[in-house]
Amino acid sequence: MRVVGIETEYGIVDPDEPRANPILMSSRLVQACRAGAGDRTARWDYGGEDPLQDQRGFRRSRAQATPDLLTDAPEFDESAGEVTLRRRRGSWEDPAHLNAVLANGARFYVDHAHPEYSGPEVTSAHDAVVWDRAGDAIAFAAAQRYAADEGTRVDLYKNNVDGKGASYGTHENFLVRRSTSFDDLARRLTPHLVTRQVFAGAGRVGLGQFGEAAGFQLSQRADYMEAEVGLETTLRRPIVNTRDEPHATRDRYRRLHVIIGDANLFDVATFLKIGTTSLVLAAIEADDERLDTLELAHPVDAVQTVSRDLSLRERLVLADGDQASALEVQRALLEICRSYATDAGDAAVIARWEGVLERLATDLFSAAREVEWVAKLQLLGRMRARHASPESPDGLPWHDARLAAMDLQWSRLGDGLATRLAAAGQVERIATDEEVAAAVATAPQDTRARLRGGIVAARPDVVDAAGWSTVVLDRETDHGHLEVVHLDEPLAASHPLLDALMAG
Amino acid sequence: MAQLNAQGQPYEDETPEPDAPAPAPAAQASGDALDDLLAEIDGSLQVNAEQFVRSFVQKGGQ
Repeated sequence: MRVVGIETEYGIVDPDEPRANPILMSSRLVQACRAGAGDRTARWDYGGEDPLQDQRGFRRSRAQATPDLLTDAPEFDESAGEVTLRRRRGSWEDPAHLNAVLANGARFYVDHAHPEYSGPEVTSAHDAVVWDRAGDAIAFAAAQRYAADEGTRVDLYKNNVDGKGASYGTHENFLVRRSTSFDDLARRLTPHLVTRQVFAGAGRVGLGQFGEAAGFQLSQRADYMEAEVGLETTLRRPIVNTRDEPHATRDRYRRLHVIIGDANLFDVATFLKIGTTSLVLAAIEADDERLDTLELAHPVDAVQTVSRDLSLRERLVLADGDQASALEVQRALLEICRSYATDAGDAAVIARWEGVLERLATDLFSAAREVEWVAKLQLLGRMRARHASPESPDGLPWHDARLAAMDLQWSRLGDGLATRLAAAGQVERIATDEEVAAAVATAPQDTRARLRGGIVAARPDVVDAAGWSTVVLDRETDHGHLEVVHLDEPLAASHPLLDALMAG
Repeated sequence: MAQLNAQGQPYEDETPEPDAPAPAPAAQASGDALDDLLAEIDGSLQVNAEQFVRSFVQKGGQ
């Protein structure tokens, strides 16, 4: 059991006006989301974020930070304790209403020029799938309301590249023990992050950051990984990101921020991405030295090597001079991680992991119901073949715009090709539609998200704002100040004051 | 602006030549379900795939 969460930045397009301002559209989308929720949303509390803290132990000065790193408001305040008081502020904060804290514990907001859904904290790979799909449903419902209210359409895409050089992220967050050395963590996790693309990749038409070469590759993000370790998320993106902003008790926890992953529309891909990474982290926390045998000689190069190897047979050079394919590295990680499966959820991850690796190794397309890039390759391969002729026996070449269009349309919320494949019964599901529908309105019950979402749902009238580790109350008191309820323990799903307020 | 996802648009018949080679390796799996979907997609893509791809421009994010 580990606390995890997924953040998704969606691509956003007005199909009738491709040059429409994406920041404006995103902020209207957040407004539409808020309108759809009635009054059951809250503002975001910027009080306690510190995006300039680096996992390696030093802090970057604000003057040296690029503007995109400044995700907090100027008033950084590291106050601790259960409930503290805060002076009442003016209404200057978030005047454009670019944020909404939702009843399911998530944050829906504008990040750079994209709408982003940051899912609530969950404790299993299964629940990560449930609240990730809930995010897609929330975003899509907001887009429909936007269209109805504004009379213009907006399409959302759950992908990571536009094929013109831009990339936007789908980030995973894993709570890990502070006592584990960050250098060990980065070194031992890297082989997994490099090779897990074989089951977690969403597939991409085009090679290179601008799609400058024709072809198909496993991963959306591979061509944008340019460093092994670093703080940046928007340029020189690293395989292991060092942002140290735990949103939790700093001396107990790190929040590992994984930015290499693709946005996934396939449940099994999301399930394995979260579940396997969580288990590898357990092995790292246990200081399992077997992991060291898998260290790669050239991890950044290997990200692209794996992504472009549709045969899954290419050998990667290991740090000790040996060689192994991505599947072999994964197989070895699976064997190590068997020792760290502690509950039924972990056992389900191990079983699925083993099965998918087996299917990928024996008959690639037998994994098409589970592995997103394989399903995309299959569908696009069939489209190519439909257009085969004596002059072009291979059918459509990979540079044909129809294939690039299908790649984009794959991820459109609502009517995208992945959604249509699922409707045709071609995609295996981990979470039921009923579970997802419930998660749109309800927070996970086993983390502090229960408190954040629960108070927003039950008593929005007393909530001034909420953040990952705070709920700010605004109610009649003798002292006349705002009350900041501190939720620094992510697994603490109850709090006397909030529970009493929720009970009414 | 051309829409690619529109359902029920006129379908441009692009039936392969009778002596077309066997489909790509993907063909063995889940044939029938994919065939229907592919026919639909093919119909919508004939409108203007190139323009659709060109107009999909995003700002960089994280």
